[in-house]
Amino acid sequence: MSKFEFPPAIKSRPVYGTLEARTGKHHLMIADAEGAEAILEIATPELMAKSHIIYIPKGADYGDKLRALQPAQYYEGPSYAASVQRIRHVLANAHMGLQIYLTGTEGLMGQAQNEAMQAGFPHTAIQTEHRGSVARRMQCVHCKGITEEVETDPFVCSHCGLNLFVRDHYSRRLAAYQGVCIDAEDPGNVPEPKGIYE
Amino acid sequence: MTIQFNDETFRDDYSFHNSDWAIKRFPFPFHEDSYMYAVNMEQHRGGPEGSVYEKRFDVDEHYVAEMRDRAMVLADDPLRCQSLPHMTLAGWDLLELIMVSKSEDYPDLFELHRDGDQWRWVNKPMGIDDSFTFMDETTLPYGPMEYITRQTQGDFCVLDQREDNLWMDAGIVTTQADWSLDFDIGMNFFEWHAPVPLAHEKGIFVRALKFLLNIQQGAPARRLNWTMTVNPLLDTSPENYHKWGIQKTTLTPENIGSKQHLRVELQTFFRLPRSNALVFPIRCYLCSFQDLMTMPKWGRRLHRVVRDLPVELATYKGFIDNRPMMLDYLSQFDDGLPTSPGVWPDFDTEPPLQK
Ligand code: HEM
Repeated sequence: MSKFEFPPAIKSRPVYGTLEARTGKHHLMIADAEGAEAILEIATPELMAKSHIIYIPKGADYGDKLRALQPAQYYEGPSYAASVQRIRHVLANAHMGLQIYLTGTEGLMGQAQNEAMQAGFPHTAIQTEHRGSVARRMQCVHCKGITEEVETDPFVCSHCGLNLFVRDHYSRRLAAYQGVCIDAEDPGNVPEPKGIYE
Repeated sequence: MTIQFNDETFRDDYSFHNSDWAIKRFPFPFHEDSYMYAVNMEQHRGGPEGSVYEKRFDVDEHYVAEMRDRAMVLADDPLRCQSLPHMTLAGWDLLELIMVSKSEDYPDLFELHRDGDQWRWVNKPMGIDDSFTFMDETTLPYGPMEYITRQTQGDFCVLDQREDNLWMDAGIVTTQADWSLDFDIGMNFFEWHAPVPLAHEKGIFVRALKFLLNIQQGAPARRLNWTMTVNPLLDTSPENYHKWGIQKTTLTPENIGSKQHLRVELQTFFRLPRSNALVFPIRCYLCSFQDLMTMPKWGRRLHRVVRDLPVELATYKGFIDNRPMMLDYLSQFDDGLPTSPGVWPDFDTEPPLQK
């Protein structure tokens, strides 16, 4: 099962919903990995005829199933970073009234949501559904570097090498949670990493 | 009175110190012998002569040294000052509010000469005499918010008001109690307060926001907040926590009186005229435990507050590990006598320590 029930959390944390097919002439769906399942669940031939799917498999093999839905446009990208130029272009040239569906990991949804907001789409036009990995996109508060796909707490900042603990405090602007040095008051005393929700 | 500005530091050798005058006017935050979060807001319409509440923007003996420290923080990390593009007008509003207030409240220190949009600003303690065109950014060395807040003690958050909420869309933050402007910028009132324990559940933030949304121009408000800081370090930022966190472990029973500081924020709220933004100055005052203990009432009370503070608050404020050592020290100044109500030291009427 790719759906995870997040425990109740502080108010800066985003809350995700469940995708619903909406009416409208144009639909943009951006998904990574298991996010494909959420698209497969709402897909109808009628909806797909008006949909552009941007999918980042990250090793999952839903590509053929998504293609079989025969969306109006389909693109598979090797990474979010590789796809973001295309996402920006599509958003910049989209019709008003575009319906946006984001599904998969928090990092994907957060970043794509920022692109959509910056392109001027109201949050009411954007739906989200979490699927798959609960890994977090983390910003190191010290060096400001972003570490993607963080699965454990604590973790090592991929930029400055500090040992960071995973906070729940979340910035939508950065699409990232905050990581803070865990052993500042007792250098070297770093607990064994555990899964974030363990 | 004329102010003698201290030559002092808030880092390295920590030569920061409070004069007797500064101790007496320290904004002790506890009006009773216990503490819990509350919507503790009142009008900011002056206060007793000489108190930190008297003027709109209090200037004290630490002014010049604090501004030097701010300049150093900004040189190391320019992200401590940010303003989203739509906040420039609010920056001009803030510049005007501070220049008008300071020149009226401290005419011997600050002068503002206005001829239409041609303004001249004189800041004598900092040796500044600048002429510029109001509302023309190209005539100032920094944006308007940064320009004036490099000359004003305290951090500043400038909040845009929309959708019945406040949005942290600009600010300068170099003397903060461990939160990051760079991380929080763009958040709304509930989002940036998310890490605070207990207060959401008590409905405090819902009521506080309602109050703030209704603040009118010319009717500012204020409240106090407090925490604890080892060494008189102004820049207790999360950005630099990996450098200063270790200082918390340097307390000993011998040095705690001089090293441990009560850190009090005088927070004020002003509505700005053109932008309708709200500005939130957060002015930090530091006082060592040993200086606080010169006021018998504060000694008795601080012991009781620290002793009875809920674990969640002591943890959030970052002194849970040092609390036992603090209590060993503070208990020496608590003889069990009752304390008079209110925050004032009542030095002349409270009995001296009976032990
Ligand atoms: C609009 C102006 C305000 C701004 C910009 C602001 C900002 C902040 C920030 C950034 C924090 C630190 C949160 C963290 O841990 O990351 C904080 C803490 C807090 N704020 Fe506010 N705040 C404002 C108004 C208020 C008001 C009106 C109240 C009234 C109840 C309030 C109550 C608190 C409390 C209780 C804390 C926890 C402080 C502690 O225990 O040390 N704030 N605020």
